[in-house]
Amino acid sequence: MSQHVLSLLVEDRPGLLTRVAGLFARRGFNIESLAVGTTEVEGLSRITVVVSVDGLPLEQVTKQLNKLINVIKVVELEPETTVERDHMLIKVKTDAATRSQVLEAVTLFRARVIDVASDALIIEVTGETAKCQAFIKVLEPFGIKELVQSGVLAIGRGSKSITEKVLKQ
Amino acid sequence: MANEVLTGAQAIVRSLELLGVTDIFGLPGGAILPTYDPLMDSTKIRHILVRHEQGAGHAAEGYASASGKLGVCIATSGPGATNLVTAIADAHMDSVPLLAITGQVNSTSIGTDAFQEADIVGITMPITKHSFLVTKAEDIPGVLASAVLIATTGRPGPVLVDIAKDAQNGKAEFVWPPRVDLPGYKPVTKPHGKQIQAAAQLIKEAKRPVLYVGGGIVRSRANLELLELAKIIGAPVVTTLMARGAFPDSDPQNLGMPGMHGTVPAVTALQRSDLLITLGARFDDRVTGQVKTFAVGAKVIHVDIDPAEIGKIRFADVPIVGDLKEVLTELNAELANDLKGTKPDIAEWWGFLNDLRTRYPLGYTEPEDGKLSPQFVISRIGELSGPEAIFAAGVGQHQMWSAQFIKYERPNSWLNSGGAGTMGYSVPAAMGAKVAQPERLVWAIDGDGCFQMTNQELATCTINNIPIKVAIINNSSLGMVRQWQTLFYNSRYSNTDLNTGTDTMMVPDFVKLAEAYGCLGIRVEKEEEVDAAIKLAMETNDRPVVIDFIVGRDAMVWPMVPAGLSNDAVQFARDERPVWEDGEEE
Ligand SMILES: Cc1cc2nc3c(=O)[nH]c(=O)nc-3n(C[C@H](O)[C@H](O)[C@H](O)COP(=O)(O)OP(=O)(O)OC[C@H]3O[C@@H](n4cnc5c(N)ncnc54)[C@H](O)[C@@H]3O)c2cc1C
Ligand SMILES: Cc1ncc(C[n+]2csc(CCOP(=O)(O)OP(=O)(O)O)c2C)c(N)n1
Repeated sequence: MSQHVLSLLVEDRPGLLTRVAGLFARRGFNIESLAVGTTEVEGLSRITVVVSVDGLPLEQVTKQLNKLINVIKVVELEPETTVERDHMLIKVKTDAATRSQVLEAVTLFRARVIDVASDALIIEVTGETAKCQAFIKVLEPFGIKELVQSGVLAIGRGSKSITEKVLKQ
Repeated sequence: MANEVLTGAQAIVRSLELLGVTDIFGLPGGAILPTYDPLMDSTKIRHILVRHEQGAGHAAEGYASASGKLGVCIATSGPGATNLVTAIADAHMDSVPLLAITGQVNSTSIGTDAFQEADIVGITMPITKHSFLVTKAEDIPGVLASAVLIATTGRPGPVLVDIAKDAQNGKAEFVWPPRVDLPGYKPVTKPHGKQIQAAAQLIKEAKRPVLYVGGGIVRSRANLELLELAKIIGAPVVTTLMARGAFPDSDPQNLGMPGMHGTVPAVTALQRSDLLITLGARFDDRVTGQVKTFAVGAKVIHVDIDPAEIGKIRFADVPIVGDLKEVLTELNAELANDLKGTKPDIAEWWGFLNDLRTRYPLGYTEPEDGKLSPQFVISRIGELSGPEAIFAAGVGQHQMWSAQFIKYERPNSWLNSGGAGTMGYSVPAAMGAKVAQPERLVWAIDGDGCFQMTNQELATCTINNIPIKVAIINNSSLGMVRQWQTLFYNSRYSNTDLNTGTDTMMVPDFVKLAEAYGCLGIRVEKEEEVDAAIKLAMETNDRPVVIDFIVGRDAMVWPMVPAGLSNDAVQFARDERPVWEDGEEE
């Protein structure tokens, strides 16, 4: 099973997400994570999808995505030339005895506390998937009450821009 | 000059007129009523009122497939729209340029489970090339122009335009031509020069080349370029079910149809080939059989306008994305220049194939029950009608026999439902074809099962003076399914008797049904009556004709490669497999 990060530049149209998600389901491709948002250009959105392909060539996925009329560009982001970030909000159980240990972990992972209650902390962490997963492992013994996360966000390194390139064409 | 202000409904009619639409098949209802009003006044568009929206969809498909033009159908919201779904799916599978327009509830009511609301854009998302929901009158011209562009260019396909009732009732300035803004839609039609050279190189080196011709040749109108290529290289040609007529059957290089019910020479040619020159064909499982044992010794040149088809099922050594007409024009020039009138030497290959042709010609045995042989009836329809006629088949045994025993000489003369296999396609598709090409003789060759799914369109045909001919190949059963029961389920005939035969309950009596619909109904039970009935049908043009041919129910479609097996297992007749002279039988 291999994972790939695809970055889709799409027209911001109603139903677009259904079209993309439906295509993945229909063609038997698995979505590991999905992040959608507007871009610096009005009317255009970016979808970052982590897809795992099993037996199927990734090429089929990108070709099928390219057939969607509202998809303007599909780029596979290679790990070596890409910056990837996950973003998580974690609600951890704490009490007087454990709070300082949790705060130590927060410092160590360069995470941030964004809300404090007498029996819990809300912690924000960003970073590569591996780092975030490691952080969760550390927090688990204290009791994670709630966890929410974005899909992976990814962008190519250097000054090149997918939107600029597409708009120039 | 200020632009004219039109209602959305008027804008729909005007846009369609300006887009060159002349015929529409449909049936009105609440959510599309605003549009039916100005439609009544159009002098450029003929609207044909069907009896079921599925019929409108297939009629638009038949119209498109017979003429190469866009087919248009229209329906109301909710059930009207869902009745189009089967035809839309069918058009999607067979790459038919189709525009489906549906009314939708008021935009303010969408999402409230309003009366006759159905999310038809959502329902058809997986089976359309694209779809639009229009909620504002001013968007109508742009959306319709975009829809037609998408449906008819690149790989053709169905596009749905769902228009809210308040958008039809609203008013807006009518701007033409509208802005068509589709930044994500850029079909590639021009091939890559390097790939053309690579293809020419493989062709020159091949010892056992085959032109594996698919429906793309028909859609691209590239039959003459194909003929030229075939003459330049002298290779054998096989035409898929969707490509019957793309290459003349009378040409000695044509080996017939490959696949599950293909000829032994066509199946074997693909299987033993060292180069598949694949032109607008998509390695469908009905053609390849078990993929891993399909044509194992062959390199592949694959030409398709849809990049996703290339490499989907079979690796392509030389992938070429482009429109076949352009690709073949360039390839022919390249080859003509390289070969300078010589031909690759493939005499040995032809020797092998010609031997198969002599030993395993298409044939059939007479039914044991003394009834008509369906293959004979279909052959006679083909022979008496000639190559200028159009033949639209249903789905089942009669479809396969029509593909095998009628000789096709031109593209767009053979219409059928290949990818979806939609029973009920034939009568409405023939109706649509006759509307597109009124000068041509148009046959619906149908099964007694299929016919009962959409025969209500005979009313449409009679009332609108669309004199199609229907040949029911009546074996009183769901024949194709029955054949599988005979072969694979120990002849246990679970739910395949239709009781439409002369020695059964005969419900319905197709002759009486035809007469009730204002058609000429004829029953034929004896061989000597066959020609006279066909001729009478051909001469009768003041109303549709239905001939009920009572045929033997045990006739089977041969050859056959059982589903999922290797093509090497092709059976020439029941339990009879070809014998390979070289003792090479795998
Ligand atoms: C009961 C039954 C039995 C069947 N048995 C058989 C059988 O024995 N043999 C058989 O062959 N089929 C059989 N079929 C049909 C089969 O299911 C497929 O529909 C058929 O084989 C597909 O044909 P094709 O490969 O020509 O592709 P099509 O479906 O015709 O596809 C056309 C291809 O051409 C491409 N194209 C379109 N326009 C252009 C253009 N302008 N330029 C370049 N490319 C273009 C498209 O992108 C597409 O990939 C059977 C069907 C039924 C219902
Ligand atoms: C809508 C639909 N339902 C079911 C099938 C499955 N099916 C394929 S062929 C066939 C039998 C068709 O019978 P008939 O029209 O009498 O034709 P015959 O095979 O007897 O020539 C059936 C039921 C289908 N293809 N389409």
